[in-house]
Amino acid sequence: MSISHAPPHPSDAAGTAKPPASPTLQRLVPASSRRSRLPRWLRRTTGPLTLLVLWQVLSSTGALAPDVLASPGRITQVAGDLIADGSLPSAMGISLRRVAAGLVLGTVVGTGLALISGLFRIGEDVVDAPVQMLRTVPFVGLIPLFIIWFGIGETPKIAIITLGVTFPLYLNVYAGIRGVDTQLIEAGESLGLSRWGLVRHVVLPGALPGALTGLRYSLGIAWLALVFAEQVNADSGIGFLMVQARDFLRTDVIVVCLIVYAFLGLLADFIVRSLERLLLRWRPTFTGR
Amino acid sequence: MATDVHGPVSPAATPVAQAVHVEGLTRAFDGRAVVDDLHLDLAPGEFVALLGRSGCGKSTLLRVLAGLDRDIDGTVMVPRRRGVAFQAPRLMPWKRVWRNVLLGLPGKPERALAEQALEEVGLGHRVNAWPKTLSGGEAQRVSLARALVREPDLLLLDEPFGALDALTRINAQRLVGELWQRRGCAVLLVTHDVEEAVLLADRVLVMDGGRIAHEQRVELDRPRELTDPRFAAIRADLLGRLGVTPAAQAA
Repeated sequence: MSISHAPPHPSDAAGTAKPPASPTLQRLVPASSRRSRLPRWLRRTTGPLTLLVLWQVLSSTGALAPDVLASPGRITQVAGDLIADGSLPSAMGISLRRVAAGLVLGTVVGTGLALISGLFRIGEDVVDAPVQMLRTVPFVGLIPLFIIWFGIGETPKIAIITLGVTFPLYLNVYAGIRGVDTQLIEAGESLGLSRWGLVRHVVLPGALPGALTGLRYSLGIAWLALVFAEQVNADSGIGFLMVQARDFLRTDVIVVCLIVYAFLGLLADFIVRSLERLLLRWRPTFTGR
Repeated sequence: MATDVHGPVSPAATPVAQAVHVEGLTRAFDGRAVVDDLHLDLAPGEFVALLGRSGCGKSTLLRVLAGLDRDIDGTVMVPRRRGVAFQAPRLMPWKRVWRNVLLGLPGKPERALAEQALEEVGLGHRVNAWPKTLSGGEAQRVSLARALVREPDLLLLDEPFGALDALTRINAQRLVGELWQRRGCAVLLVTHDVEEAVLLADRVLVMDGGRIAHEQRVELDRPRELTDPRFAAIRADLLGRLGVTPAAQAA
């Protein structure tokens, strides 16, 4: 950058100080007036809608064969049929029941173990190492073993989901407990809280954000575990519906099942979000809503 | 508490009432004594400020008196009812302000008790707030209310104004002075602010090398004026004890 063209310094020794040249002013346009008139939700939906239209066009022109992927129209129709004849609702009910059972069991086991190893030093020594070891075993790999142990009924399916749910919860609750601010614990002590009082008023509320994060992971894994469990010798549930559809090359039914999985996952996420909003009201991020 | 200080006192026969009695206290971290054979007595209702450079052991001493640090040698006698306010307010963020104030009180204390304590520190309007929505000064006053609601015989303050801005600090100091005069509890204020110590305390102690290195009574009338020449003299003397040279003081 050259400064040779800079104006001469205004401070003349003569003292006849000229008033400083007034700069050209520029209007700063408010952000609201620059926004396009298209509402955000409309812009956001154009992407998926375009894809959907493209998919339908490809299917209608025959470029996308029905045994590779059914057309959106066909899928809607099949979904209507499956709901009408009651096979989809009943499969959903069974799958939901399995997930709920596994989730409850896994939550009890995971949280219980995390409390033992988080709150007591001896619990940590006894519990943490085995749990950390088991955690590294991919739980899906245990399906054959579970079938040998529990047969092919409901038990192995629920056991797989339980196992998948337990570890993320354990890790997050344990980390939550151990991550509680020691300053707050000390403050609680200085207020004369008993050991149980410290756990109830300081440690557990402090571990709650971590626990809810764990719950979210667990829910995701619960659906994953369900898909695995139901595709190995099941005779009911969404997974069974999919396996059956595969045998008959019914890509339309498979896509319907996938969409159901997606919606159930969204529903689960919504539930955890609501829980967070309710239980973590004290966090500044939640006061504004 | 009536303590006849004018009567003939023979220390061996009639022990004077005390709010704190510390004899030969030593606290070592990895073999390094941070508090080293320290002796300290506080009379009931006395306001004592503890000055010292950072790392001199003043906060350690306060933690010992609060009962938070028990790895000690020596005799430490403190009242059962103690209140502590730390440099950070240390409020439980998941409890509303009034629940924070009542936390740790035995039985099922009434909400009105918390409201009263909060009113006393000028926060009657924030009873229901979440701690994270408070300003720094407000949070510190809640912490003070929490310490006072258990009617302590000894109030321990660990640099409670250190994190406040200058204007808020002046108000908070005045508030502590008023609360102390109303409650009549003994106060030990740990601070590094000489002015604050001379403004509030009956007695200023300077800690160095793990013991009380110097003691200065402040016999000025309250409320004290910073412009009082006697105030300035005490302040200059204490700064000197803390190793601040006159040239630096003038600057």
